[in-house]
Amino acid sequence: MSESIVSLIDVEKRFGSNLVVRKMSLEIQRGEFLTLLGPSGCGKTTTLRMIAGFEDATSGIIKVQGEQVEDKEPYQRDVNTVFQNYSLFPHMTVYDNVAYGLTIKKVPKEEIRRRVTEMLALVQLAGYDKRKPDALSGGQKQRVAIARALINNPKVLLLDEPLGALDLKLRKQMQIELKRLQKKLGITFVYVTHDQEEALTMSDRIAVMNAGILEQVGTPMEIYQYPKTRFVAGFIGESNLFDGTVKAVEGNLIQVETSAGLLTTCGQGFQPGEEMHVSIRPEHLEISREPAEGFALPGKIKDFTYMGTMVKTALDMADGSELKFSRFEHDSRLREGDPVYVFWRPEKSVPIKKSAT
Amino acid sequence: MAAHSAVQKRKRNVSILGEVYAILVYAILYIPVVVMMIFSFNNQRYNYYWSGFTTQWYAKLFSNSTLIGSLWYSLIIAVLSTVISVLIGTLGALGLKRYEFRGKRFINNMLYVPIIVPEIVLAVALLIIFMRLGLSLGLGSILIGHCTFCIPYAVVTIRGRISGDGDSLEEASMDLGANRLQTFLRVTLPSIMPGVMSATFLSFTLSIDDVIMSNLLAGAKNSTLPVLILSMNKSGVTPDVNALTTLMILVIVAGMLLNSGIRALIKKRSSRAEAL
Ligand SMILES: Nc1ncnc2c1ncn2[C@@H]1O[C@H](COP(=O)(O)OP(=O)(O)OP(=O)(O)O)[C@@H](O)[C@H]1O
Ligand SMILES: [Mg+2]
Repeated sequence: MSESIVSLIDVEKRFGSNLVVRKMSLEIQRGEFLTLLGPSGCGKTTTLRMIAGFEDATSGIIKVQGEQVEDKEPYQRDVNTVFQNYSLFPHMTVYDNVAYGLTIKKVPKEEIRRRVTEMLALVQLAGYDKRKPDALSGGQKQRVAIARALINNPKVLLLDEPLGALDLKLRKQMQIELKRLQKKLGITFVYVTHDQEEALTMSDRIAVMNAGILEQVGTPMEIYQYPKTRFVAGFIGESNLFDGTVKAVEGNLIQVETSAGLLTTCGQGFQPGEEMHVSIRPEHLEISREPAEGFALPGKIKDFTYMGTMVKTALDMADGSELKFSRFEHDSRLREGDPVYVFWRPEKSVPIKKSAT
Repeated sequence: MAAHSAVQKRKRNVSILGEVYAILVYAILYIPVVVMMIFSFNNQRYNYYWSGFTTQWYAKLFSNSTLIGSLWYSLIIAVLSTVISVLIGTLGALGLKRYEFRGKRFINNMLYVPIIVPEIVLAVALLIIFMRLGLSLGLGSILIGHCTFCIPYAVVTIRGRISGDGDSLEEASMDLGANRLQTFLRVTLPSIMPGVMSATFLSFTLSIDDVIMSNLLAGAKNSTLPVLILSMNKSGVTPDVNALTTLMILVIVAGMLLNSGIRALIKKRSSRAEAL
């Protein structure tokens, strides 16, 4: 049985009249790399701060290792945080920053020296111990912040957009290093980012948040292939989204009437007359000169964009919407302005229930 | 070529003018001080003309128990009001910067009142209160008086040093297992230390320099040094006062040199550490 190390049960957070986190329930497993992913302002930091103890939940229960933590101060919780802005102590050297947690716990000097040296080596900062944070680059500061948190052997490490301030190249490199570190140490990581690519490459599981609501929790593959809500479908990767009404159901096949025309998707539990959404990835879209069976989605080729490995084609639809279509190679028979019909294999598209809100 | 050298000439003229100006300013500032120091060695009772070198005023000074007594009195008051003001000022500045509470804006605005209101008004107001409450005047009343104007200065000075992200530093500290007291001592205090130092010097200066409060709230027994010197003015200031102020200036200058020396040392050391 996999056990939860952090549990959120119906957690809500309100700032004044502003409900920032709504009825959030989430079980975080021991040793996993879980990412909270969502757009800016959706409540990721607030959720993390409630786990760390910097904010009190307005209602609901938070447990760390099965124990409720409402009454515990941040310094009594077995979690450590890597802050988005590093928050290194400016008046201390790198050594003293990393040693801080152990110094507070009154660990013997010799042991502190050994563990700090070990930790600095682990984050590849050996020899930087006498520097002040001012004299470090962004990536180095980040690694000091990680070392400072990890030296306490926390049960859970909370990371709030730790790579947000780094340039793309360094970020990619640090992503790999962080993931490797997490595997090696077996510590549970709760990682906050608004970068979906980062989330997909690093996480064991992703929790997608939007406007304070936990939309979906799942492995990167589940989230990518089977988005459960319209928001997740649109937020993760590129996607074409249709809103429509079920016209007919035939076994697995569902015919949906949308403003762009008729389409077919594949799924269960939908009734004729029901409103729903359909998501289809650009790489699964197909086009032809003639309408395909079960589809009536006429459009026009708008333009092509060469992306190196991919060619992206934009299509103008009858209702004024735009669809994205991508292929590894350019089909030289296609010209801008050509009228085409859009279709796909129904099982490649994802049917999505219309959510209550 | 000619035009070029004309410009240069004018530039040189301007810079000479600037130098003369600067020398004049410093001269006006320091000539009186130097004259006073010289006259502290004057072999004559009046500060009008020079009649020969002596150190008798320094000897006189140390046997002048009124003068020395009032110096001690001033120092005790300055030290106590500095300690009280900086303590209250530090906590006040942190509270006003970090916490949200009702009436915060009101308190923030009221902070400037003792700074803006003429000191004599504050002094008279305090005097009336003390009279009403039947409190005797003396050390206590002067201390309270000095604190009323030192505290706002201390709060304003220290508040300016509390950075916006201090909050997150303190959170980081608590996250790493430090309780509130440990966090205050290890993280908060070091980060606002420059402000606390400025506030200390400022409070001390304001207190030791004060005449109005010290005069009005003094009561019958003791006077602070400035009040005593001022009262001598009628009968003429004796050269042992010159001697005293000369010594005070020397102490201050020595202190400043020591301070900048220590700073240079610290800087050198930390830059050496960074080079490693
Ligand atoms: N102390 C606070 N007081 C009032 N509102 C707050 C406070 N902290 C956060 N909020 C609000 O709560 C919402 C969620 O904030 P939060 O910082 O959790 O977002 P986030 O998902 O971390 O966003 P980002 O990706 O931009 O960091 C925002 O609308 C924010 O304005
Ligand atoms: Mg955030």
